[in-house]
Amino acid sequence: METAVPKTGTEGKLWGGGNKPLEVSYGKMMMWFFILSDALTFSGFLAAYGFSRFKFIDSWPIADEVFNHFPFLHGVDAPMYYVALMTFILIFSSVTMVLAVDAGHQMKQKKVIIYMFWTIIGGLVFVGSQAWEWKNFIKGEYGAVETKGGQILQFVDTEGHRVGLDEIANPQADVRRQHLEQNGVWYQAEDELPTYTIDEIRSGFAERNDVLIRTQTLTEDGKKTVLSREESLQRLQEDAIGIVEGANLIHNEYGTPLFANFFFFITGFHGFHVFSGVIINIIIFINVILGTYERRKNYEMVEKVGLYWHFVDLVWVFVFTFFYLV
Amino acid sequence: MAHDTAHHESNTGKIWKVFFLLSVITIVEVILGIIKPAFLIETTLVSMKLLNWIFIILTIWKAYYITWAFMHMDGETKGLRRSVVWTGIFLVCYLIFILLTEGDYVYEVFKAGYKSWDF
Repeated sequence: METAVPKTGTEGKLWGGGNKPLEVSYGKMMMWFFILSDALTFSGFLAAYGFSRFKFIDSWPIADEVFNHFPFLHGVDAPMYYVALMTFILIFSSVTMVLAVDAGHQMKQKKVIIYMFWTIIGGLVFVGSQAWEWKNFIKGEYGAVETKGGQILQFVDTEGHRVGLDEIANPQADVRRQHLEQNGVWYQAEDELPTYTIDEIRSGFAERNDVLIRTQTLTEDGKKTVLSREESLQRLQEDAIGIVEGANLIHNEYGTPLFANFFFFITGFHGFHVFSGVIINIIIFINVILGTYERRKNYEMVEKVGLYWHFVDLVWVFVFTFFYLV
Repeated sequence: MAHDTAHHESNTGKIWKVFFLLSVITIVEVILGIIKPAFLIETTLVSMKLLNWIFIILTIWKAYYITWAFMHMDGETKGLRRSVVWTGIFLVCYLIFILLTEGDYVYEVFKAGYKSWDF
């Protein structure tokens, strides 16, 4: 058919125009470049984590001691098992996703539905596990004492096992009560008071000859420094100003608050990606059920969300290494 | 995409093979992380424990499999592959180099006692 564009004699030649050098649809290419930019965002976070860690290389918390919980195994020291399980769940949901993409290539609607369903379930289980991990981290386990320089002092027995604040504290009668609105005309809201006062810990610690203080500083062989009984008493008397239970953005019973900040920020940002990935997967899942792609005669949308989902898995592989292993 | 709908052969076998590989690498990482062999911790290479180097290399290996096999990077054109992968790798290496050098410098400043953070 005649067209308005005149022939130039360059048709079919490399520089004649009409080339598709990347041989990929617009949507898929843009998904790749979005992933690239998102990967750089995550790298920024992880590199900043590396910066802070190198800055406090001899006092960083030991991840094995922080993340050692496993569901239904209360009080059992299970370093990393749970996070390894989470990693498996995410890798497996990646596998079902790629199987869905594969089934989509062959236009097998039923198979795409089944595989996408399992992908969504895997994603939800992962987000749930992460919430559980956050809960344990925020709640804390043993509690610690904070010094005026912002250092964390933890308690251990002579064999090096951790001792909780509740085992040390010597309850006193005349502790300050929480300010409540009902108790005065002039009322200023205040944060919840800590479970124990520093004096209760001090007096309790003085009576317990079998308990020592462990500082943040790492020894040559990567263990935390344990002070002698005299040093412990002195440290607690002179420097301690309050107790810390659990972790938030300001205080962290496991060590430097930076560790908690990066943990919340990086795993939170990743968790948000998993969550939005689940939402996008659900939307595409509904479309697959409705037969949208069957009518469109290709399942490229499944492929595109698949790319995003694999990327989420890819990021987790790095977070797992740098937060839990290294 | 024409080339996507054109080939109908299934890659299921390959997918399960890659899954098996990723699982084995993860298991090895976890086992190493739990037993922490002494000689891998004592040996340092370019100011980092050998064990950490092993973790990082295994992680990059996993990342390669996820990108190439699951995200089908091996099926894309050279142009797309390079514009995504090389850009990322170059910028990430640069960022890591700069931030870790700076972090180490700050550590030295603290250690030399120019500024105290434990008082």
